[in-house]
Amino acid sequence: MLQLECPNCGVTAEETEFAQGGEAHLTRRGPEASEQEFHDYLFAKENPRGVHFERWRHVNGCGKWFHVARCTATLEIFGTYSAQTLEPPREIRDRISKKRPGWSWREFA
Amino acid sequence: MAKAVSALDGASHDGYVRVEEAGLQGMITLRGDLSLDAVRAAATTASGTEMPGTREIRAAEDRALAWMSPDELLLMLPYEEAPETVQQLQDALAGTHHLAVNVSDARAMFRLSGGPPVREVAAKLCPVDLAPGRFEPGEFRRTRLAQVAAAIWMPDAQSLQVICFRSVAGYVHDLLCDAAAPGGEVGYLV
Repeated sequence: MLQLECPNCGVTAEETEFAQGGEAHLTRRGPEASEQEFHDYLFAKENPRGVHFERWRHVNGCGKWFHVARCTATLEIFGTYSAQTLEPPREIRDRISKKRPGWSWREFA
Repeated sequence: MAKAVSALDGASHDGYVRVEEAGLQGMITLRGDLSLDAVRAAATTASGTEMPGTREIRAAEDRALAWMSPDELLLMLPYEEAPETVQQLQDALAGTHHLAVNVSDARAMFRLSGGPPVREVAAKLCPVDLAPGRFEPGEFRRTRLAQVAAAIWMPDAQSLQVICFRSVAGYVHDLLCDAAAPGGEVGYLV
């Protein structure tokens, strides 16, 4: 079971206090997008074995959203960070690079 | 107006700790930017306490102020005073983006008493470390109680209080009574 630290209220709690909210850092495609772009936004999700970025919500706690960087193979948590960001912070990426050299996820590495 | 009654009308149960529904309890949700002096002043004036820090509760006499989330406070006060206090908060915060709502009739509160074993009764139901030193009076923890959302805190080392939605009061009451049933003592968190 995952142990997540909510960056909004500072609680470290187990997975059952949270709800998973899908992939992180999606670009939301609007009316001006092509059909292919909109299709990819809706359906083409990452499903990696290894480093992954997700949105989570502290549903049975403070109720706020945040981001989680974790490894799907080992369930290791690399870190949690604010929902109000468009990309993983440098500090989290450096931490992942130390543990998983050469990792990449979408356009991030 | 019809006579107000709490969810379980003060039902109580004596197990190895005592479980009782707290009866009518005034509760006001106050949302806003908690870093603003205006919001903090309005909240602490209404509660008569200091401003609670993150995940804390501050109590004074019959009132208390709890930190619910980065933009939300819960003010507890006598049931009859809630409507008037909501009005006072709204007047004090006129022009400041906020939300003050009387949620007294939408919540239920339970009181567990009977000494340190109240910790383990709650620990059977919540995924929270309730060991002494890890959870102490003054802390306010929103969490999951079996299958529903709840908030717990310890007014003192001998008792513990639970807030849940009124719609699940019966469920929470049955859970707490079951967890407190004689013969179910674990004796670990004392």
